[in-house]
Amino acid sequence: MASDYTAFFLLQDPNVRLVLAGTILIGIIAAITGCFTFLRKRALAGDAISHSVLPGVCLAFLFYGEKNPLVLMSGAIASGLLSLVLMEAVTRARLARPDTAIALMLSVFFGAGIVLLTAIQHQGNAAQAGLDKFLLGKAASITREDLQLIGLSACIIVGLIAVFFRGFYLISFDEDFAFSIGFRVKFLQFLLSVITVWTIAIGIQSTGVVLMAALLVTPALSARMWTDSVVRMVFIAGFFGALSGYVGAFISYTAPALPTGPWIVVSATLLAGISLAFAPGKGLVSRWAVHQKNRRKSTDENILKLFYQLIEKSGGAQHGLLEEDLINQRSFNLQTLRTGLKRLIRKGLVVQLAGVYSLSEAGMSAATRVVRLHRLWELYLQRYLHLEPDHVHDDAEAIEHVITPEIEQMLAEELGYPDKDPHQTNIPPETL
Amino acid sequence: MIIQAKNQAIEAHNLTVIYNKKPVLWNIDFTLPLGEITGIMGPNGAGKSTLIKAILGLVALDSGYARVFDKKLDEVRDKVAYIPQRQSIDWDFPATVRDVVTMGRFQSKGLFKRMGNEDRRIIDEALSQVGMSSYAGRQISQLSGGQQQRVFLARALAQQAELYLLDEPFAGVDASTEQSIMDLLVRMKRAGKTVVVVHHDLQTARHYFDWLVLLNTSLVASGPSEQVFTDELLRSTYSGKLTVLSRVGDQLRDRNFPVRENGK
Amino acid sequence: MSFQVNDWWILLTTCAVSLCCVIPGTFLVLRRMAMYGDAISHAVLPGLVAAYLISGTKAGPGLLAGAASSGLLVTILIEFLQKKVKVQHDAAIGLVYTFLFAVGVIMVSQFAGMADIDQDCVLFGEIAFVPFDLIAGIPRQLLISTGLLLLLLLALWAGYRGLYLSTFDPGFAAAIGIQVIAWHYLLMAMVSLSTVIAFESVGAVLVIAFLVGPPATAALFSKRLPGMFLLGSLFAIVSSVAGYFLAMALDANVGGCVSLVIGVVFGISVLIRKYLFRE
Repeated sequence: MASDYTAFFLLQDPNVRLVLAGTILIGIIAAITGCFTFLRKRALAGDAISHSVLPGVCLAFLFYGEKNPLVLMSGAIASGLLSLVLMEAVTRARLARPDTAIALMLSVFFGAGIVLLTAIQHQGNAAQAGLDKFLLGKAASITREDLQLIGLSACIIVGLIAVFFRGFYLISFDEDFAFSIGFRVKFLQFLLSVITVWTIAIGIQSTGVVLMAALLVTPALSARMWTDSVVRMVFIAGFFGALSGYVGAFISYTAPALPTGPWIVVSATLLAGISLAFAPGKGLVSRWAVHQKNRRKSTDENILKLFYQLIEKSGGAQHGLLEEDLINQRSFNLQTLRTGLKRLIRKGLVVQLAGVYSLSEAGMSAATRVVRLHRLWELYLQRYLHLEPDHVHDDAEAIEHVITPEIEQMLAEELGYPDKDPHQTNIPPETL
Repeated sequence: MIIQAKNQAIEAHNLTVIYNKKPVLWNIDFTLPLGEITGIMGPNGAGKSTLIKAILGLVALDSGYARVFDKKLDEVRDKVAYIPQRQSIDWDFPATVRDVVTMGRFQSKGLFKRMGNEDRRIIDEALSQVGMSSYAGRQISQLSGGQQQRVFLARALAQQAELYLLDEPFAGVDASTEQSIMDLLVRMKRAGKTVVVVHHDLQTARHYFDWLVLLNTSLVASGPSEQVFTDELLRSTYSGKLTVLSRVGDQLRDRNFPVRENGK
Repeated sequence: MSFQVNDWWILLTTCAVSLCCVIPGTFLVLRRMAMYGDAISHAVLPGLVAAYLISGTKAGPGLLAGAASSGLLVTILIEFLQKKVKVQHDAAIGLVYTFLFAVGVIMVSQFAGMADIDQDCVLFGEIAFVPFDLIAGIPRQLLISTGLLLLLLLALWAGYRGLYLSTFDPGFAAAIGIQVIAWHYLLMAMVSLSTVIAFESVGAVLVIAFLVGPPATAALFSKRLPGMFLLGSLFAIVSSVAGYFLAMALDANVGGCVSLVIGVVFGISVLIRKYLFRE
């Protein structure tokens, strides 16, 4: 087993190089083409096309009598396109909804494929052996001729996408606009469909018709998490696709009996899981972190506000406060209060001496700002949103934390630089 | 200008709804009168439909509550009929006009009880009130926009409710249908029902409604039509100079901030 | 080619399975959720295999429950991806079910020796083997699918108004106090159950033809929901019978042939509607 691994990683076996090149190429072009499938929200149609290429493959084999890669690919493309055309015709004639049309074509074409496949198998034609590898994929079955075809197709597909990139980009975003500026939308759509079907037709070697849709969409989805630019998305998706293909080749080499499609899909999905969780900005972890940061900010500013209110209440006499003073003024969770105070001390906004807390100069200025924002917002709600004075407090409690200096300026200006809030308490002036 | 109704059919308190982190309704606080026809007006995207849905509990509230007939909605659901926007429905659905009106009886019958003679009488009555009796067996996709609206109205009538909430019932219907729907609403009012209509045509608003609510994310005015229908209030509804509010909304969205301290 | 008892068993089982699929399938089509059928039918595989491995048998309610709950898991996962991670609808479906199906296939190939299930069974089903698994002289599959059919009919009878209204007008349904979400999950459970049953007979992919085909064909003609169920059932039976004889003639897979006939029936219906029912 260990020697298997080294043989694979060192690419000693020429067959490994062949299979590896094939699966990686397939992974890359499927991911790149898939970016447009994903952006046009056609993931499910892509799934239907993948299933629909099966009868084409079988028919091509029946007529030709042997497994010539070019013939099989042509058959696959023909039946994939046929299903796509039927899908659109049924939808356009309002005979069925898009989702129903997709599901119908997917299952009926696949059913036809299964009929042909089992009929061929029962005939006992010796050359048929291995036709069922197109169901779940078998990377190890990639031959030299296959690789030549894959390589040539990859070059043409990538070339076409590069040349027509702007057109594909625009029809994915807004077909009507593309049409209005004179793009030939129908042609671009057709070309993109052909490219998609073609990609699927060569991809079923490694991934199989049943799971090919994942190779189109999953890397694109992962890539979308990392970037907002389509160009970058295409490159990142290609990278993810290549990685998944690599895993497929590895499995096929170390465990030749297993179908490779499922392994490729599982590795692509794990990459997607990582992207969904950890991508900066859109990922779950990152959004959770923002949430935590917001909560800390609210807590800190609420504590500062407490200081201000207590100082204000005492007419400026009281400066040092105990934990109990703060708790009594506002129902805080003691733990939250303590960690908040610690943070504020670290930031130099609060000073602690023998259990007595007081605001530093910077702290006083920060506290004044929060109170000012709270009261300005209350006044805004009353004047512009016509709320009663007793209804404005809760809203201001939340909004005070998000007002930027710029919005503060707009607020003060619209309100005419006021000095009293709806409860007739003073709005502290702007601090510097 | 916010005037409180004397006999209250609906009371909304501090309703706030945030959709996709963008405020759709902000702190709405009003009361609507019993036994009158109220119009809810405002520009596109002002939150008119959302307001109705918020009253009905169909959207999650970020703050506040609404009460109907001085009770929680769940206690008086059987007294409330809702007529959604026509576009919200799949009109290709395999159902006839009569099937749709029959749905209006599902509430009182529950999910299992059979329709009785009384129900059939109510359904026939509802169909004839909107003038759709002769279309009872027709599949709903074969109706005109105005007819579809009348089917919805008949379904609401079959509910035999006290409060009717209509979302844009005049959108995409011809003038004579609009008039006949309006006549029906007036008859309902005479029978003591409360009617609330989301509407967008300023021309007709003053004649149609006894009470007007002007809305633009926040509440601009609520009160008797003759007091609310003033140039100044309409201008402040439709010119929408709440730039600060929308900037704050952007901040909430960009920074993923909750709209209430302990909210979501 | 003579028609024997075994053929009758297979034919009856196919009909029962296809009728099971019509009931939830009709609602899927009306709710524009046909692809949820696709997703669930693929995604029950890991649940099925896990249940095989744990219980070591194909019969038993534990198996149904295991597979059905993995069907519900799909629905929940798709919703999680859409709502919490903001993944677009189609990609969320595509991601979830391809992954679960891939995991299922890997389990099948890893534990091929331990459980009585293989890749071919996953993809085409094994309805031809139905007569070889008898309980009291009647095929187990036929018993189970007939039992499920009765259960689904009961659910349809009891939940008709809830399913109907939450499908046609969810806003109105919610306004009169119907728990739209609960009905949604009930439907998903119904889809999962019929999928699990159909899965054993026709495999993961062809289930979709059974779920979507007859209701979609019925929708071309019926103007009322009850009619859609009746017509859908009729098409399901016609396709099952014709498909079975086609399979015998071609010596090919039964499930595949039935799917093919379902497609042909849809095509013929489109033509009939176009030329005979023109208004």
